[in-house]
Amino acid sequence: MANNTTNIPFWRDIRVLRVLFQILFLVGVILLAGLLYTNMQRGLKNLNLELSLDFLENEAGFLISEGIEYDPSDTYLKAFWVGVMNTLRVSLIGVVCATLLGLFFGIARLSSNWLVRKIATVYVECFRNIPLLLQILFWYTAILRFPLVKDSFSLFNSVYINNRGIYIPALQSGTGLSTWIVFLCVGLIIATILYIIRWRQLKQMDIPGFRAKWALPAFVVVAICGWFLTPGKPLATELPVLNVFNFSGGLRLTPEFTAVLIGLSAYTGAYIAEIVRSGIQAVSKGQREAARAVGLNGAQTLRLIILPQSVPIIIPPLTSQYLNLAKNSSLAVAMGFPDMFAVGNTILSQTGQSIPVFAMVMLSYLTISLTTSAAMNWYNSWINRKGRS
Amino acid sequence: MATEEKAQSHKPPRNVHSPQEWLRQNLFNTWYNVILSLLSIGFILFISKGILTWAFTEAKWSVIPANLQLILIGSYPRDQIWRIWTVIYLLSVLLGMSAGIWHGIVRRFAIILACVWLICAIIPFQLATRGLFLGIVVSIAISYLIASNKISWHRWIVIGWLLSFPMTMIVLRGFGENAVLTSNWGGLLLTLILAIVGICASFPLGVFLALCRQSKLPAIRWISTTYIETIRGVPLITILFMGSVLIPIFMPEMNIDQVVRMMIGITFFSAAYMAENVRGGLQAIPRGQTEAAHALGLNYPKTMLFIVLPQALRSVIPAIVGQFISLFKDTSLVSIIGLIDLLGVAKSITANREWLGLQAEVYLFAAVIYFVFSYSMSYVSTEVEASLGVGNT
Repeated sequence: MANNTTNIPFWRDIRVLRVLFQILFLVGVILLAGLLYTNMQRGLKNLNLELSLDFLENEAGFLISEGIEYDPSDTYLKAFWVGVMNTLRVSLIGVVCATLLGLFFGIARLSSNWLVRKIATVYVECFRNIPLLLQILFWYTAILRFPLVKDSFSLFNSVYINNRGIYIPALQSGTGLSTWIVFLCVGLIIATILYIIRWRQLKQMDIPGFRAKWALPAFVVVAICGWFLTPGKPLATELPVLNVFNFSGGLRLTPEFTAVLIGLSAYTGAYIAEIVRSGIQAVSKGQREAARAVGLNGAQTLRLIILPQSVPIIIPPLTSQYLNLAKNSSLAVAMGFPDMFAVGNTILSQTGQSIPVFAMVMLSYLTISLTTSAAMNWYNSWINRKGRS
Repeated sequence: MATEEKAQSHKPPRNVHSPQEWLRQNLFNTWYNVILSLLSIGFILFISKGILTWAFTEAKWSVIPANLQLILIGSYPRDQIWRIWTVIYLLSVLLGMSAGIWHGIVRRFAIILACVWLICAIIPFQLATRGLFLGIVVSIAISYLIASNKISWHRWIVIGWLLSFPMTMIVLRGFGENAVLTSNWGGLLLTLILAIVGICASFPLGVFLALCRQSKLPAIRWISTTYIETIRGVPLITILFMGSVLIPIFMPEMNIDQVVRMMIGITFFSAAYMAENVRGGLQAIPRGQTEAAHALGLNYPKTMLFIVLPQALRSVIPAIVGQFISLFKDTSLVSIIGLIDLLGVAKSITANREWLGLQAEVYLFAAVIYFVFSYSMSYVSTEVEASLGVGNT
């Protein structure tokens, strides 16, 4: 018997084969990498380039049209950082807008009203089936055709829309802001105490209920009282004002930013609408009927029965849509919105340091992707745990 | 007879409603639905009034017919257009024969396509072009009749489809003096070629990567996981730029032209997403299937090829087609790199002094073309799903 097992030649022993196969595979990969590396060395020599990160300390010398404070005399690293912030800004606002749009149209697709349902379907099909780049370019040209500055379209004399962008009122800190913040903190503490009391009470009575039923009004009351009790105005709004040639004050959304934002939100919103719809539809009809049989009303059914079951279904695809949105924001380069990719591209064309620049851009995107998916995974597991207990 | 009667009696009664009844049930059944309906009607009227007045009074549609050839084939040499017609005729004959052999959804698809060509023949192009369009319809019909019910031919047709891809490339490019360089490919033609190459190349690569990721051998699993997650973490445009900038550095001797570099970029990008879709299908296959195959004495390649993959792929058809659709839309990104695909042509037309300020018209036309292709892909996918019985096992 022992003979039998030892007699297998090693080239037919699955254990040996496994190791051998992996070694072969690794050797192949390493050979390929080595080939590419030597090729790269030769290619770089042909281009008279050295592989180093020193160039990041050099003066950038190019203008960036929008973003955080930056001067052409700053370093390349600072310029890249401006791009990163621009990407984050457009992505975060885009995520919020896309989620709102997606929720709205996703629920509209389930409406009992035929017209509402059809409008939502047309929205989803149109925006999903046309390339995002085309949509962004379309919005951009549309915004550039808006009226000139001197005959801007105005909303309530505080929002102005013209071909240089959208001007909205800006929030500024006023004189009594610090006092008001104290009030807010007090309100927060009171609200937390009330929340815990209510939570304990509900747990004791063992009935479902709205836990923030006392905490939320209490906080709002304290905040409003604080607003009126503080001397001076805690927050001031600064309205955009039309000067001779242009607006001053307020917050300006540039045409590039607006086009990217509208394009990203509408495109991703269509996908999110489908995710929301299928998530809600995935909860079986029996659950709804059972909830009604137990005597829950419509809002309670939605909050206690439907949402806890559909949210865990919705979250994983929603995460990947958020990530897609962040990655798609790189299409802003087509119009010259200075996001991370566009700035990286400018640095590349000025310095010729293609490999370090690409490594930086890719690492930044990877960081954004990995952090987002880690956060969403954590949230997802939290939701699932909550659902089970 | 008795069973038939029973079956008939089980059919649900058809609800025939009068229009008023339908309106009451679907639009005005509750007070909030009345409000919603009125708001929706107002919204539809507002939007359609805006669009229709623009489309019929302000828009200058003459830009489309004047540039139609440019939009469709870009700067493809006009004296070499016969190559494109040859390809279309070849594919039409193949499609007609497939429709004759397989019937079902293929036949429906062929009929729809023939109708589209027939409509093209009615549109007032040049007489020769219209004749060629009509010829396509006729060739589909004739090949359908020839191959109809010759089921034994199906193997040859499959081989024909497999060969059609390299054949198309060869015919489109040609050799020698009259060769059409890829830099001359453009417009819708380039978009379609990029999409088809991407689909055909990324699918097997994606399946391979998915199998690697599911492998029991750690080295292989880690390498493919790293690849997939890295690619999925970065935008396509960085990959395309890398293809454009880095391939010349990493392969200095090989002179790969821009179109091929984009094809490589799109393929490697899409393969990572394809791998994740296929992995979803692989995970859904119960272990018993693999174990049963091993018990029958099938080795790993045979188990995968004949047992696991057919089931896994069938269950993820919607996801795979979704990936194909986004690949098709993503080909528009090559216009940022400077290729003249459908979107690139649209951009270059609007940059032309003669057609300045007509972006809306040109972009809308391009959007309609993209929409038609994407939407028909998703339509075909739902049909295929239904005919394969996915979801009702």
